[in-house]
Amino acid sequence: MLKPDPVAIEAWRARRAALLAANAADQEMLLRQSSTELRRTVIRMVERAGMGHLGGDLSVIDILATLFGAVLRLDPNDAHWPERDRFILSKGHSAAALYATLAACGYFAPAQLETFMAPLSALNGHPNRTKVPGVETNTGPLGHGLPVAVGCALAARMQGSARRTFVVLGDGELQEGSNWEAAMAAGHYELANLTAIVDRNRLQQGASTEETNRLDPLSDKWRSFGWEVREVDGHDHVDLLHAFRHLPRRGKPLTVIAHTVKGKGVSFMENRVEWHHKVPTAPQVIAALEELQETGS
Amino acid sequence: MSETYDCRQAFAEELLALARRDARIVAVCNDSVGSSNLGGFREEFPDRLINVGIAEQDMVGVGAGLANGGFIPFVCAAAPFLTGRALEQIKADVAYSQAPVILCGMSPGMAYGELGPTHHSIEDLSWLRAIANLPVVVPADPIQTRAAVRWAAGHTGPAYLRIGRFKVPVTTPAHAPFEPGRAIRLTDGDDAAVIAAGTMVSRALSAAEHLRKEGVHARVIDMPFIDPLDEGAVLEAARTTRGIVTAEEGTVSGGLGAAVASTVVQHCPVRMRILGVPHVFAPTGSPGFLLEHFGLTAEGIVRAVRELLAA
Ligand SMILES: Cc1ncc(C[n+]2csc(CCOP(=O)(O)OP(=O)(O)O)c2C)c(N)n1
Repeated sequence: MLKPDPVAIEAWRARRAALLAANAADQEMLLRQSSTELRRTVIRMVERAGMGHLGGDLSVIDILATLFGAVLRLDPNDAHWPERDRFILSKGHSAAALYATLAACGYFAPAQLETFMAPLSALNGHPNRTKVPGVETNTGPLGHGLPVAVGCALAARMQGSARRTFVVLGDGELQEGSNWEAAMAAGHYELANLTAIVDRNRLQQGASTEETNRLDPLSDKWRSFGWEVREVDGHDHVDLLHAFRHLPRRGKPLTVIAHTVKGKGVSFMENRVEWHHKVPTAPQVIAALEELQETGS
Repeated sequence: MSETYDCRQAFAEELLALARRDARIVAVCNDSVGSSNLGGFREEFPDRLINVGIAEQDMVGVGAGLANGGFIPFVCAAAPFLTGRALEQIKADVAYSQAPVILCGMSPGMAYGELGPTHHSIEDLSWLRAIANLPVVVPADPIQTRAAVRWAAGHTGPAYLRIGRFKVPVTTPAHAPFEPGRAIRLTDGDDAAVIAAGTMVSRALSAAEHLRKEGVHARVIDMPFIDPLDEGAVLEAARTTRGIVTAEEGTVSGGLGAAVASTVVQHCPVRMRILGVPHVFAPTGSPGFLLEHFGLTAEGIVRAVRELLAA
């Protein structure tokens, strides 16, 4: 198991305090800064490892930055604090984005990110609960996160705890039937402490979701299973903050359909299906980092 | 043994050739057109490729339904998800129903090394070997891969084909038979027998070559059918050598080694060494790193034979 990093934790605490004290415009700016930094980090991680899933990393980063930067109740010093909010990255192939985020919170030293997928590293290609603090359950095979999240939410309710459970799902991932079994159970049990976030980038591994196995009308599907649905721009931190912070109506679990762009932030990766798991060349890395330099801050 | 091949290529070419001759051949996949090498198939027969999306249980059930209508479906997906995710569909809809569905597990074993144990397909042989009426086929090279595709399309029941991603040399001799329950003897030798499948076959051959220099003569047996197993070849090896080493790119719990051991122990107990992943989840690492880590190499086989003979 990796160890917490006091320096990174201090930095994360300071950022969080500044954020909570700031006005809306400054909050937006601070969250955008950390998202840009995370984007730069995952690009370097994938380049170094020579493999990875950049497209989905870049589409989910604003969601992760918002949750870990301003929403989740957590203690990076004590990853197993019983009253922490639970976060599950069901689309486990975006592990690089999660690792970069966890390192930025200080769950482990950011220098560890250099070992991503290297021999004997804790930072495997998909998140592992027994090696990486902050990871609640192993993911990688798609369609596992939501059922586990339902269990986490039920546990909180049975213990009379106010903690919340958040789970991020890929849109292609929703083709797995296990999600709909879990969605049905969450509706049935009226799990208002459960939030499912769909990274709706409209692309999966080989093609668009709508060409492969159509998901639309997606919000109707969730609604008919008893969920409250909010649709947001998944790259707009203010939208995301608002959607995550306000609890749904009593008795309803919440789906946040976050409209995103696969490869977001790097023009030549955006909306291009091959960047699901393509690895950038050295010049492409330079170009990508430059673009992010310009859009950041 | 210089040039090496990706068996997925041989698989795709043979499937396409068959599809041109036989309109009953269809492919079913799970958002895996690229990783199953079905791009060419889709180009030529767009209507005969069904991509159900990321939905493996549905995929196998759909395959069974297509077979019910007279088609010969080749259901292709990454081996860990095809076999693990849809295990009950494979049992009930395919094997128990005798639906002629050809399950094609792509990139098995440690092929997805860095992606971690969720993506390592090391349990598939054990899981599927436990199911009745389901031949389990592990081709060692492109020649056997092509033969397996042809055989599977022509026989009347289901089958599991494990299509490797590791590059392997051609090891199958010309005119070698390809039949259920039939092993292929690749080298002669009475000191020990090495029974291997899939990617481990060429490694076993290298090991035998090395051992010969030490004066140890190992019989290398390629066992493409884990089920039905060539019990005759196993028992002959048990009777005429001093012991058996098995080698497979999978867990030692229930695969090739276990099949050989259960045959041997019931009819002709001899010393055995079972090489595979020793009932643990692997650490992170590249495919090559992990095979080294678990001794699934020519050197590992040499060591095991030496230990066996010294014991
Ligand atoms: C059960 C299972 N089947 C197949 C895969 C292979 N796979 C990995 S990522 C992926 C596409 C995921 O698409 P989506 O959920 O939309 O994620 P995103 O586009 O956000 O990366 C597939 C098919 C898998 N990991 N698990």
